[in-house]
Amino acid sequence: MLVAIFISACGQVSSLPTTATTSPRTLTVMTHDSFAASESVISAFEKENNVKVQFIASGDAGTALNKAILSKDNPFADVFYGVDNTFLSRALNEGIFDPYNSPVLASLSSPYKMDPQNRALPVDWGDVCLNYDKLYFSDHNLLPPNDLEDLLKPEYKDLLVVENPATSSPGLAFLLATIGHFGADNYLDFWRGLVANNVLVVNDWNTAYYSNFSRWGGDRPIVVSYSSSPPFEVIESKSPDTIPQTAVITSDGSCFRQIEFVGILRGAKNQDLAKKWIDFMLSPAFQEDMPLQMYVFPVNPNAKLDKTFQKYLSIPEQPAYVSPEDISANRETWINAWTEAVLR
Amino acid sequence: MILKRHKWAIFILLWFPPLVFLLLFYFYPLGSILKISLERSQHGLFSPFLDAFKSPITWRVLSFTLWQAILSTILTLCLGLPGAYLFAHYNFHGKSLLQALTSIPFLMPTMVVAVAFNALVGPSGWINLGLRQLLNLDRPPIQFTNTLAAILIAHVFFNTAIVLRMVGDYWSHLDPHLGQAAQMLGANRWQAIRRVILPVLSPAITAAALLVFIFDFTSFGVILILGGPRFATLEVEIYYQTISLFNLPLAAVLCLLQLGCTLGLTLVYSRLTKRLTIPLALKSHKITQRRLTTPRSKMLAGVLIAFLMTLLILPLAALAIRSVTRLERGFGQQMATSPTFTLDYYRELGTNHRESIFFSSPSTSIGISLGYALATTALALLLGFPAALALSRDADSPVNQGMDALLMLPLGTSAVTLGLGFIVALDKPPLDLRASWILIPLAHTLVAFPFVVRNLAPALRSIQPRVRQAASVLGASPISILRYMDIPLVGRAVLVAGAFAFTISLGEFGATSLIARPEFPTVPVAIYRLISRPGELNYGQALALSTILMLIACAAMLFVDRLRIGEFGEF
Repeated sequence: MLVAIFISACGQVSSLPTTATTSPRTLTVMTHDSFAASESVISAFEKENNVKVQFIASGDAGTALNKAILSKDNPFADVFYGVDNTFLSRALNEGIFDPYNSPVLASLSSPYKMDPQNRALPVDWGDVCLNYDKLYFSDHNLLPPNDLEDLLKPEYKDLLVVENPATSSPGLAFLLATIGHFGADNYLDFWRGLVANNVLVVNDWNTAYYSNFSRWGGDRPIVVSYSSSPPFEVIESKSPDTIPQTAVITSDGSCFRQIEFVGILRGAKNQDLAKKWIDFMLSPAFQEDMPLQMYVFPVNPNAKLDKTFQKYLSIPEQPAYVSPEDISANRETWINAWTEAVLR
Repeated sequence: MILKRHKWAIFILLWFPPLVFLLLFYFYPLGSILKISLERSQHGLFSPFLDAFKSPITWRVLSFTLWQAILSTILTLCLGLPGAYLFAHYNFHGKSLLQALTSIPFLMPTMVVAVAFNALVGPSGWINLGLRQLLNLDRPPIQFTNTLAAILIAHVFFNTAIVLRMVGDYWSHLDPHLGQAAQMLGANRWQAIRRVILPVLSPAITAAALLVFIFDFTSFGVILILGGPRFATLEVEIYYQTISLFNLPLAAVLCLLQLGCTLGLTLVYSRLTKRLTIPLALKSHKITQRRLTTPRSKMLAGVLIAFLMTLLILPLAALAIRSVTRLERGFGQQMATSPTFTLDYYRELGTNHRESIFFSSPSTSIGISLGYALATTALALLLGFPAALALSRDADSPVNQGMDALLMLPLGTSAVTLGLGFIVALDKPPLDLRASWILIPLAHTLVAFPFVVRNLAPALRSIQPRVRQAASVLGASPISILRYMDIPLVGRAVLVAGAFAFTISLGEFGATSLIARPEFPTVPVAIYRLISRPGELNYGQALALSTILMLIACAAMLFVDRLRIGEFGEF
């Protein structure tokens, strides 16, 4: 780790000559279209480093990654943020990133650091979990399911809506949770059981959450969404003092943790600024800003969570785990097998 | 046919600007991405073709794509043709408003349409809500999403406007004496329609049907959101192979398959229309249109208007009403929701609670959308005018027929593939446009181009050189010929074509989202951002902003209507 600090210190020395009087340079940051940040946080970074940050939103996470890969010989950005652990192997195998041993890495806990060479550095995490409509269950004198196995019981027939893993990122995450929990040999049996219990599959999160979830008027009181959804039911309501009408199932192995990464694009023109930007993304200032802007949570333990999250965010102790290499190697097989078992 | 040399020179000169545009911003990016994609194949250039043709999925997807497109096109014609007849033959109160309203669906982004249908027939839509309370049901009785019916209805909703505009306009200029003459000669009403009116109308009908078919054939959002996971068109499969699996070689083969179908169909179409075109003198609306007088005609018109309203306007109205409604649920009555009136969602649009760097007030988003739309309009007209002029000179020449087919190709191209094509092809100065906003109007122009050309060509064709010569012999100065003949004839067609380009750009989402600068969101991009976040206020704001987009589109269509009175144009 000392080496890492030494290298980054060198990087900073080499970028010293920029003075406040010269006109700002431009750092180009490529992201997926869910990226957001507070104006004050970004402008503080810009002022401190005499830089103008130019963001380029490049479609959903998969599209943005494909663009980064296809332009790797002639990158049009310095930094790319938004590869998650389901796409990580694709990004690393294509060699789009240069390694960067950021000094901040030392303070991050190890499960987040999935690339030992630090080409892709973790920025945030979010859990995909089952959400349920509390009112439905209290009205029907029914206990909400405790874990994935419960979903196969007759009392939970007709109650679940999930997203298609072929078209939706939470859909894929939930499929991976079942693979991590039941194993690659047995997950299809679980899904056949869900089909027998009349699971509803839709293609996207919007439809599942806003059309079919009973919280929003649908007839399915259990939905695949994020663990952050209940706090946002409060934050995004007209009266913020209400308690959320939804809750999350966090039993062991029922959630899948999505971790998002940032990296310096190989051949980037502004390497020095790119390093500063990555250090900044991992610093408490940016990390504390993320939850309210992007609905994801800090990897830096020094970043504090907002009150609403402390109150309403449930964090699973043991989310299901599937390694990025396994995901990359089996994505097509798993999705196709799932499609055959569930949709045909 | 032997073309004289100067005629060739004019042809080349006229086709030069649109051709350069297509080469640079369509064929070059598309060719580059297809080449790169196929080269990534590990077992040689031809193996992805073999894989695709051996795979049962390819054939299943292709046959579903064709089948649903044929069915959707037929249904769209079933609603559009009677509607076109109504608009072509009768004048009634509120006609221009009805025409403007029926045009809105065509311009709406798919996700807004999905939200609109959800507001009407979704599990918590007005119809299910009403039925549930009326019959005291625990579950919504009507299941709409994830059905084939949803796909077909949404396609009819989207594309009926094309038939109404193209066929309706052409029909309204036909000499009514044609049918009357046939009836006087002993034909009954149906024989007159079948033997006389339909053959005369067929160029307009086939042109409209072709465009509708291409839109249905390449359908993406409707299939994905409303059709659900059991249905996939080629476009959906291309997206899945490209983004989810990164199987670029297979995606390229599927993209070529889709293009091949589009090209083949377009060529068949141009052969067909060449045979079908019957030279006719077009008449003014004053002669062709009458009022609804007989009770029979009033009743038929009433039924038709009711159909059009139900299929085309009701979903939009449901969306607009939902944008000013809050659905509260009381404790102890889980399913019973009582709607209350609210303007909160509209108020919320203007506030930036999070101090987000990418926040954009509705007026800014509207301004940005209008800016892109104006740039698209200018570009599409600038390029479309010479193309239309060339087409109007000699529609039958092989050059023109070939070019006409080429213009249609962008409509049949996978948006994902072309979007990646821009990234790999336009990457070196002076054409390093990968991060440039200019790509957005360029992409919109590719879509608007065929519409502009098809609107301008007939107007330009209607200027007959002999009439101009006659005017000049009778003493008209070149300026007065320009003022009284050319500008009235072409000027309004230019405005109408421009308005189409304008509105196509206004509602476009797919291409825009791929290249958007996040600090400058268009209205559809801003709607998408709101709708992908949890919480009542976000969803409500998405509804409110969609309603605003609808109103802008409606105003634009009413404006077009004002300009087009008594004019010619295929759209």
